[in-house]
Amino acid sequence: MYEHDVLVVGGGGAGLRAAIAAHEEGADVAIVSKIHPVRSHTGAAEGGINAALQEDDSWEDHAYDTMKGSDYLADAPAVETFAQTSPEEVIQLEHWGMPFSRNEDGTVMQRPFGGLSYPRTTYAGAETGHHLLHTLYEQVVKRGIDVYQEWFVTRLAVTDEEDPEDRSAHGFVAIDVKSGEVAGFKARNGVILATGGAGQAYDHTTNAVSLTGDGISMAYRAGVPIEDMEMIQFHPTTLPSTGVLITEGVRGEGGRLFNSEGERFMFEYGYATNDGELASRDVVSRAELTEVNEGRGINDEYVYLDMRHLGEERIMDRLENIVHLAEDFEGVNALEEPMPVKPGQHYMMGGIETNEHGQTCIDGLYAAGETACVSLHGANRLGGNALPDLFVFGANAGRHAAGVDLGDPMIPVGPDDDAERADVDWPVEPGAVEPVVEEPAADGGVTDPAAVVETAVEAEKARIDELLSREDGVEHMEIRKKVQQAMTEWVNVFREEEGIKKALKEIREAREMYSDVYVTDKSRTFNTDLQHTLETESVLDVAESIAMGALARTEFRGAHWRKEHQERKDDEWIKHTMLSWNDGEPEMWYRPVLLEGEDTEWEPKERSY
Amino acid sequence: MSTETPETEDSDVPDPQTRRLKEKETRKAAKEEAAADVIEGETVELKVFRYDPEIADKQEPRFDTFHVPKFEGMTVLDALMDARDRYDPTLTFRHSCRQAVCGSDALFVNGRQRLACKTQTVDLDEPIQIEPLPHRPVVKDLVVDMEHFYDQMRSVEPFFDPDELPGPDQQQLQTPENREQVKMSTRCIWCGACMSSCNIAAGDNQYLGPAALNKAYRFYFDEREGENRQEERLKIVEEEHGVWRCQTQFSCTEVCPKDIPLTEHIQALKREAVKNNLKFW
Ligand SMILES: Cc1cc2nc3c(=O)[nH]c(=O)nc-3n(C[C@H](O)[C@H](O)[C@H](O)COP(=O)(O)OP(=O)(O)OC[C@H]3O[C@@H](n4cnc5c(N)ncnc54)[C@H](O)[C@@H]3O)c2cc1C
Ligand code: SF4
Ligand code: FES
Repeated sequence: MYEHDVLVVGGGGAGLRAAIAAHEEGADVAIVSKIHPVRSHTGAAEGGINAALQEDDSWEDHAYDTMKGSDYLADAPAVETFAQTSPEEVIQLEHWGMPFSRNEDGTVMQRPFGGLSYPRTTYAGAETGHHLLHTLYEQVVKRGIDVYQEWFVTRLAVTDEEDPEDRSAHGFVAIDVKSGEVAGFKARNGVILATGGAGQAYDHTTNAVSLTGDGISMAYRAGVPIEDMEMIQFHPTTLPSTGVLITEGVRGEGGRLFNSEGERFMFEYGYATNDGELASRDVVSRAELTEVNEGRGINDEYVYLDMRHLGEERIMDRLENIVHLAEDFEGVNALEEPMPVKPGQHYMMGGIETNEHGQTCIDGLYAAGETACVSLHGANRLGGNALPDLFVFGANAGRHAAGVDLGDPMIPVGPDDDAERADVDWPVEPGAVEPVVEEPAADGGVTDPAAVVETAVEAEKARIDELLSREDGVEHMEIRKKVQQAMTEWVNVFREEEGIKKALKEIREAREMYSDVYVTDKSRTFNTDLQHTLETESVLDVAESIAMGALARTEFRGAHWRKEHQERKDDEWIKHTMLSWNDGEPEMWYRPVLLEGEDTEWEPKERSY
Repeated sequence: MSTETPETEDSDVPDPQTRRLKEKETRKAAKEEAAADVIEGETVELKVFRYDPEIADKQEPRFDTFHVPKFEGMTVLDALMDARDRYDPTLTFRHSCRQAVCGSDALFVNGRQRLACKTQTVDLDEPIQIEPLPHRPVVKDLVVDMEHFYDQMRSVEPFFDPDELPGPDQQQLQTPENREQVKMSTRCIWCGACMSSCNIAAGDNQYLGPAALNKAYRFYFDEREGENRQEERLKIVEEEHGVWRCQTQFSCTEVCPKDIPLTEHIQALKREAVKNNLKFW
């Protein structure tokens, strides 16, 4: 068994920042990641990092834009903490040597981004995430923080009290991918989940193949509620063949969208008469698909994004990477032709419920980054707001786990006895296919932390042995594809009741198929077949919860568009959808949105761009 | 130890820009040829290296042939994933971002180190031969052990380390020119292609290698690090298995998927070392 004070699962921006913060507080920290940290998907971020750095900008304006962008589904205390702390976090990064793009006077450069009232997006060319990830990893190396790379975490070690709020987390079980060894990791102080997004629930996504929502699934199964899962961001400019992202920076620099008639449709069809291409992502994604659906798309599939008029010099200075991406992945020379683009799954606004210290309702269990939902992005995340989220809440989680007293949180966590229960007619029974006996981890009454981890290890060894011993069944790929297709078809940018129900039925069938899943590769050495099989279970949990949230929320808010409900229903829906696994029987309930923070109070207004 | 700076001119080596343009031409031609999206009935032939130390009939390394359906814009990674998902789930390789930023899928494709995800199959002769990166122990199929590469990266103290920092709300100014000077060096994605292509590294396990030296360059030339730190960095790159081992063969520069002028960067460090020595005469 491996043992540390603080264990961080995931080596992306959130995980690295959390580890550094915990280490700075004197904790013995280790990062456990299924891929080497520099391979994490934070490295793919292109556009930039928002922070109110200039004198004529303010954290209040940043908070306002974030709240408005979220369509009033963000919690004010999270938005405040975020907008107030982002500037110091960005300066911190700069002090760590992040190679930001620079102004003539040597200060970091900022540019406009969608939905922002001030050009407050700092960046490093069109490869901001790459530099950010490497800068953070360099600091991890500098501090000598332990990294267990290519260790795949499969299950949390949590005590099994009835009420999740009485449970505590003591570690987890992980597989050493290289050797196949299944081992326990014990955390003296805390476990921080920073496992990133879950784009693999869709077949057209900007996300890496490794983003399967493992953290969400593990926390959910251990009893932590997951929040606002229906809120999936679709990015309006992804390359049609691969889903590779073309940064919003292109539109920030002045790039234009055209339909097949050569019209700048954002203006000409009144989708966003003021902001045009720079309206927020949900608005632009819907506009593009409407164009395609009304026959003004190209090849019935996409529209054009044009940046030629910016001139080669400016493009090569600020968007060079985009020229390479368009060339390598779509075979288009973006200096000479417009780029084909369409919306693709991009980001999860929802995730593991946490408060502003990164805590979940289980003692000692934290989450940060895209896998978490502190409720900052609400129904729609602004471009450039995810990266500062990683530092602000990653650092808080790291500090708190290392024992720093951050004061009383304002955001509540955990299922609440008198919470409003959802009244939804599910078309099929969601959740576990067979009755669950020994979830979460420990057997009744185990209190010694090491024993809790040991019990989890034994359970996991048995599960993996059983999987590997099956001689026949369904391959995980068939199941994963079925889920991805259902989600893409029915729980995409546009959603309607019948479709979501179909998706839930398909997911149910996929879950049933999963009871017969088998692993072809019997070798313990670097068994990616086994890994993908286990990941597919996470994909199932994530997809099901997205579809459930989408069916429950009978209104149109931010990224969540419903055909039968074409209005934002503030009287009824300024609340979060919460989903608890309840030992295999998902239960949905609601929590009111906190529109009041320490310094700010918000009144929902119509969103116009 | 020699302190001479060898000439960098070497006209036989195509520079990355020319290579890119050439590949583009080929691709354009192929695209025009193939009008349809999916090319009916046509397949791409792959010859893939296989090895698993644990499974009896895979302990003897061999090549497996796969015929995967061709489609327009298909990359080597697409072809490999299709071969795995369609025919053989045990086929093992690393990949993640599929957009040339994570650096996990550097492979030896048709005799050259390339990122599978950014290599179009139409640019290659068939059968496309896919092998693990040379000069690294193979873990299984196309997966190699990267530990040694990571060790070399770590040994150049790859982190920004200025003498003093401005206040917590102040920036450390950097001129746009200085940023330009280090810009290319900051693009490295740790794929290991350069190291695997280097003859010197193949013969000398302790040689720091192009990626680590490039990392040293990135910090050495950052104007914000202090003089003492610079000197320490020079010491590291000047040690026995450092810059002087480089024989300017350019193979690293040629394979780097991020077009980093590695050889040039190593030469620049050599020049600094020479200058530094002169100072003490
Ligand atoms: C293409 C793209 C462009 C983007 N551009 C921007 C932008 O310009 N600005 C912005 O603000 N945001 C942007 N975003 C969003 C932002 O980059 C992500 O939300 C953010 O990087 C997520 O960071 P993370 O640390 O939460 O997760 P990741 O960086 O994805 O890291 C996840 C980590 O968890 C590990 N992990 C996962 N599962 C397991 C497991 N079971 N066991 C062990 N380890 C595990 C992985 O190995 C990885 O290290 C972009 C996103 C994408 C996809
Ligand atoms: S220098 Fe280039 S080839 Fe070498 S590891 Fe970095 S990106 Fe790869
Ligand atoms: S898959 Fe990430 S570099 Fe190729």
